[in-house]
Amino acid sequence: MLEQIVFFTLAAALVASALAVISARNPVYAALFLVLCFFTSAAIWLLLEVEFLAIVLILVYVGAVMVLFLFVVMMLDVNVAPLKEGFARYLPVGLLVAAAMLAEMLLVLGAQRFGLERFPAPVPNPPDYNNTRELGEVLYTQYVYPFEIAAVILLVAIVAAIALTLRRRPQVKHQTPAKQVQVKREDRLKIVSMPAEKREVES
Amino acid sequence: MNDSLIYLAWTVTKILAIVIPVTISVAMFVYAERKVIGFMHSRMGPNRVGPLGLFQTFADVFKLIMKEVILPTSANRFLFILAPLITLAPALAAWAVIPFSAKMVLTNINAGLLYVLAMTSLGVYGIIIAGWASNSKYAFLGAMRSAAQIVSYEIAMGFALVGVLIAAGSLNLVEIVEAQQGGVWNWFFLPLLPLFVIYFISGVAETNRAPFDVAEGESEIVAGFHVEYSGAPFAVFFLAEYANMILIAALSTTLFAGGWLSPFPALIPDHSLWFFLKTFFFCFLYLWFRSTFPRYRYDQIMRLGWKVFIPITIVWILVVALMVVQQWLWWAP
Repeated sequence: MLEQIVFFTLAAALVASALAVISARNPVYAALFLVLCFFTSAAIWLLLEVEFLAIVLILVYVGAVMVLFLFVVMMLDVNVAPLKEGFARYLPVGLLVAAAMLAEMLLVLGAQRFGLERFPAPVPNPPDYNNTRELGEVLYTQYVYPFEIAAVILLVAIVAAIALTLRRRPQVKHQTPAKQVQVKREDRLKIVSMPAEKREVES
Repeated sequence: MNDSLIYLAWTVTKILAIVIPVTISVAMFVYAERKVIGFMHSRMGPNRVGPLGLFQTFADVFKLIMKEVILPTSANRFLFILAPLITLAPALAAWAVIPFSAKMVLTNINAGLLYVLAMTSLGVYGIIIAGWASNSKYAFLGAMRSAAQIVSYEIAMGFALVGVLIAAGSLNLVEIVEAQQGGVWNWFFLPLLPLFVIYFISGVAETNRAPFDVAEGESEIVAGFHVEYSGAPFAVFFLAEYANMILIAALSTTLFAGGWLSPFPALIPDHSLWFFLKTFFFCFLYLWFRSTFPRYRYDQIMRLGWKVFIPITIVWILVVALMVVQQWLWWAP
């Protein structure tokens, strides 16, 4: 009973914030609503007793990805007016695409495939169930090759992203910290001992 | 229904039993900071309000609450007020899983370590939103600096925690402490020494404290992200920052310094007082750093995070994994 109340509250919040993401005029608001979206979906996952996935969703998407998103959205000065100019002209095409997508989704995501009789409510796990351990065991035994291939693809993406932004600019001055820390006092500082100058005292 | 109501009331009581002491420790920590740094500067520090100046922070808090809350023109009102609360909420929420002793823990969850990491990674939102909603260049610059810094150091921090996870074989904070049983040589700070040092330094960077306090950098950008804040919202930012500092100290204690375990179990029994004593030591380190080191330059902060800390943590994770696989561990029970 309580679980159902919690679920429907979270589901309503999820749908509302997802709608707000696409309808908010301010891009910063849209990004923040997306954060709320991730949060509520993580909470729904917690109801399913998959705490690892839920926390990782918050850790990766909310803690890292959306921070960078917000970073970019705040830096850009998005002017909404020019974006809206062609709205009436593109509306028929947009509607057509939307209708096609809706039809496709209805075909795939109908009750005959994802109905309640196909997916009965999950049985509650025993108290000593450890979602992290279970996932780890499956990931590193049964699915070890797909997992590692995914990791390699991500690595390639990282290298490519860095290579794309790396530009050789020989005229830019930069420091070599290794050299800086090796500097000794003798290299920089010279102590000159000077005899005190005697000045003629005028009487 | 009645049972669940009692359960709810009992949980709220337990939450208050953590939040109120944390808030009071923040007040005393601010006082300690001013006093300790004062002594390190050969000054007296606050000594007017109450005996030895002990009530100075409370006087400051009352002053801040009495002050007017100023909303800058064309600031985003809603987000401007929301930002301090967003900073405070995760700073307090993370305390839910900290074990003060084997039995004294609010929620003993399976994935406690991940939960803590997730909560500490949320603190950055308050700072970014505050910087953006203020509609001020300085505040925005401070927010950008802080966001980049926190995101960078979180990676090193996460890797350091992976090392702890491998050594303890669990994500549960109580089990992590229990894996360090058997005296001071079995605490994780020794086998994980590089990770321990990196974790604490990253923690200092995550909380935007000196020498990594470029987000506030008063000599360059006035006060950074909270330059437009006054009165109670400013006090909330302050509270969140210090609560986060104490949290990092408590986490370092739990993960690397054996939590509530006694350093010499044969002589002195384990007690939650040990936890508080060790946390106090780490809190003191914060103050010591602040009065000792000059502020880092921003590019040096980024270099330290990405080019020094992350490679070291990755190498040491491999070393720890080897130690566990090859049974070269002296700490395992």
